[in-house]
Amino acid sequence: MATVSLTPAKKAARSTVALKALMAVTGLIMLGYLIAHMYGNLKVFSGRASFDNYAHHLRDIGEPVLPHTGLLWIIRVVLLVSVILHAYAAIALWRRARVARGGTKRYVSPKARRGVQRSYASFTMRWGGVIIALFVIYHLLHLTANVIAPGGAAGSPYQRVVNGFQIWWVVLSYTIAMIAVGLHLRHGTWSALTTLGANTSAAARRRINALAYVVAAVITIGFLLPPFGILLGLVK
Amino acid sequence: MNITLRVWRQPNAETEGRMVTYGVENVSEHMSFLEMLDVLNERLTLEGDDPIAFDHDCREGICGQCGVVIDGQPHGPLQTTTCQLHMRSFADGAVIDVEPWRAEPFPVIKDLVVDRGAFDRIIQAGGYISVPTGSAPDAHATPVPKTDADMAFDAATCIACGACVAACPNGSAMLFTAAKVTHLNLLPQGQPERYSRVAGMVAQHDEEGFGGCTNIGECTAVCPKGIPFETISFLNRDLLGSLIKGNR
Repeated sequence: MATVSLTPAKKAARSTVALKALMAVTGLIMLGYLIAHMYGNLKVFSGRASFDNYAHHLRDIGEPVLPHTGLLWIIRVVLLVSVILHAYAAIALWRRARVARGGTKRYVSPKARRGVQRSYASFTMRWGGVIIALFVIYHLLHLTANVIAPGGAAGSPYQRVVNGFQIWWVVLSYTIAMIAVGLHLRHGTWSALTTLGANTSAAARRRINALAYVVAAVITIGFLLPPFGILLGLVK
Repeated sequence: MNITLRVWRQPNAETEGRMVTYGVENVSEHMSFLEMLDVLNERLTLEGDDPIAFDHDCREGICGQCGVVIDGQPHGPLQTTTCQLHMRSFADGAVIDVEPWRAEPFPVIKDLVVDRGAFDRIIQAGGYISVPTGSAPDAHATPVPKTDADMAFDAATCIACGACVAACPNGSAMLFTAAKVTHLNLLPQGQPERYSRVAGMVAQHDEEGFGGCTNIGECTAVCPKGIPFETISFLNRDLLGSLIKGNR
């Protein structure tokens, strides 16, 4: 057998469990970023000056230790690496699972297709992840590059946001994406912490699941407040 | 009661299988599911038909031999072994679907019988302690904290039936592997091989072609022994620990 000479550490590093841990850690990094991103978004409610100053401030955090936009680029690189590793692990495990379960048609009986106790969110992880990845591209082209500019392009970040979210279908597209993110976080937060070893008892399980619901709800609602605030005319 | 069975019939590993419908009449609600299959098999034999092959042994829920997917659920509607499931769990006139465990590492041998040799090879990769046997040591020679003893015992009740794999949407055997790792790694006797055990068993688990765990929990929900979900987190901790401590 080829694996006989490997040390336990090397065997462990090549295992599906290590791949899951990689997915968990990169997922939690992205969750951390989402919380910071949401905090920035909510500044839209304190007005144009506050929001635009915050956006500019992100570029000179850390100066002069870091160059101009230094922190922003560090965050961008960390996020890009996280996304790539997260997707790599997901695709590798997805392909393995498809074969392992014996193909897409597993049981002839149609009576337990929804499983015994599994959550709806757990069904959405893989295709939901694909939807979120496509959304991120659309979102970067919209509000970062401003190549897609429904409602008109603008230099002011505040104006870009307001121009875009006055249009109902822009808000709708973001709403669908945020629901996908919420479902992804419902199962993802639970699964990441369990993979990293936090599911140590029935009580711990209840706590982690409660935390996952809170994280999913806070992120989804927190991100949807600005678009709906603008659509309903609360922010102009 | 009278029931209709739709059973997976497959003469051997090489031939394609299909669902075949059988009516079974005058079934007593006190029969176990396997006894009901025995009654059907007697009739099939008398009619010159090939009886339905299924694994079974102790028929008291402790050996782990029996196990079929009933109405899409491993071991059927109750969280017990198939031999401990009784016909009173079904309605008169019910149509019941019976299929073998489905997973790539569990190939069908015949009808409802699958080859679970993959589990044996996972055990061979570390599910033991390497000590020479001798006379039994004094019971109080090696103190074990009560909570550790309890959890190790809960994990040790795994009968390796394979229902966890059959239920897992990823075809993962993580609950089985985790039960064995937790059982031995919580006890003093398991410590010398703690990290080589977990790394070796998980490597063999992957080698056999089982899928990765996504913490969905279908495994523990169908496990006839109620192996706790937390055994998987215990395995994960030791596996990640072996990344650092497993260099020998």
